[in-house]
Amino acid sequence: MTDRKIRVLVAKPGLDGHDRGAKVVARALRDAGMEVIYTGIRQTPEMIAEAALQEDVDVVGLSILSGAHMALCPRIVELLRSQGMDDVVVLVGGIIPDDDVAPLKNLGVKGVFGPGTSTRDIVEFIRQSVG
Amino acid sequence: MSLVTELLAGNRRALARIISQVEDDGPEAHALLAELHPHTGRSHVIGVTGAPGTGKSTLVNALAKTYRSQGQTVGIIAVDPTSPFSGGALLGDRVRMRDLAGDPGVFIRSMATRGSLGGLARATADVILVLDAAGFDRILVETVGVGQAEVEIASAAHTTIVVEAPGLGDEVQAIKAGVLEIADLFAVNKADREGADRAVLALQMMQGLAPAPAGHHGTGRQAGHAAPGAQADGAWLPPITKTIAVRGEGVAALHDWVEQHAAYLRETGQLARREATRAATALNHILRERLIAALFAGLTNGELDRAISAIARRELDPYTAADHLLQAEKPGFPGIVRRP
Repeated sequence: MTDRKIRVLVAKPGLDGHDRGAKVVARALRDAGMEVIYTGIRQTPEMIAEAALQEDVDVVGLSILSGAHMALCPRIVELLRSQGMDDVVVLVGGIIPDDDVAPLKNLGVKGVFGPGTSTRDIVEFIRQSVG
Repeated sequence: MSLVTELLAGNRRALARIISQVEDDGPEAHALLAELHPHTGRSHVIGVTGAPGTGKSTLVNALAKTYRSQGQTVGIIAVDPTSPFSGGALLGDRVRMRDLAGDPGVFIRSMATRGSLGGLARATADVILVLDAAGFDRILVETVGVGQAEVEIASAAHTTIVVEAPGLGDEVQAIKAGVLEIADLFAVNKADREGADRAVLALQMMQGLAPAPAGHHGTGRQAGHAAPGAQADGAWLPPITKTIAVRGEGVAALHDWVEQHAAYLRETGQLARREATRAATALNHILRERLIAALFAGLTNGELDRAISAIARRELDPYTAADHLLQAEKPGFPGIVRRP
């Protein structure tokens, strides 16, 4: 009687405090039947990696509007890997310039979702990425 | 190395993965729990329950900090509701527990109720055992925001804290049955708000109405007369502590009461009784689940549907139908009604 649910950590690393987008996504994932662990704003990469480990999530969703994504994302991916969580799907949403998308993906970010993304696309992407 | 060996060696990733197995009732869950069981029984389990918005998460955060300042390790289980419509959940208790981030002596796990209605998830009691085996000195279990009747925490915890906040109800609410009856301790949180004293008074009046402890006829407690805590006759009068959890005020006093209650349980032999209750509850759940599963497995295709439509057509009443289903010869379901 396995009762497997997709577990997603939604976190806002860095210093901007605008969490409307993160909350909209968190709610959409909940409505899609996923268990969303919401950690709130101003999280350090260490806090996010630690929460991902304790909660044993399948997906880490990061919301970044501050422009610091090229510093924050690689650090979080690296911390996840160092604790043996290579298989965790890392997604980034927020204000990400087009030029940064390819480098982010090279660094191990699976999906990048800019403004105007439909939440349905995010749900679909997660369902396909998590086996 | 097996997952259990890694958990016992302090590997937090192994701990998290075992919790997932247990929570999902995965293929290895029962074997893992069986292997962990001999290592359990050392943690003191503290339940924190109360209505939504009373400040349970903030209080758990503050209590955990107090325990950490004394060098004790803390496991935390925070339960939030699963949506009955989507099956999804938003688990937001970590937002209030950010002070604990980065502390290797703390482990926080959020759980969704996944359809359970008693204030906890089906697997919460098992996850408590996993954290216990991992060696945490104290385990804090935060229930969903409860109404009046979600009392499952009392059979899962050693010490149950019921959190109240000013302005939630009057004296009549306080004498209703249910959640208030399971309190070993009361915390009136947000005590800087108007109405805190009235909330304390309502609880004190409720306690004054409580019947005298058995064997002490005529010496019933009177409101405001008995000191809270352990009584001379061996009973326990739940103390009422005012707290302002966001500022940490009153939390040391609440912590001291938790420890006094733990000592009381040990000294009076109640701890053994509560352990027996926990064991009985766990066994009861497992037996029910397995018997139901075995019964359904033993029914031939359509047997259940036929009984259901017969009841709906008023040809059969549900009790008689249940008797029929249980009495039929079921190869996979031996002997529960075929007693000598």
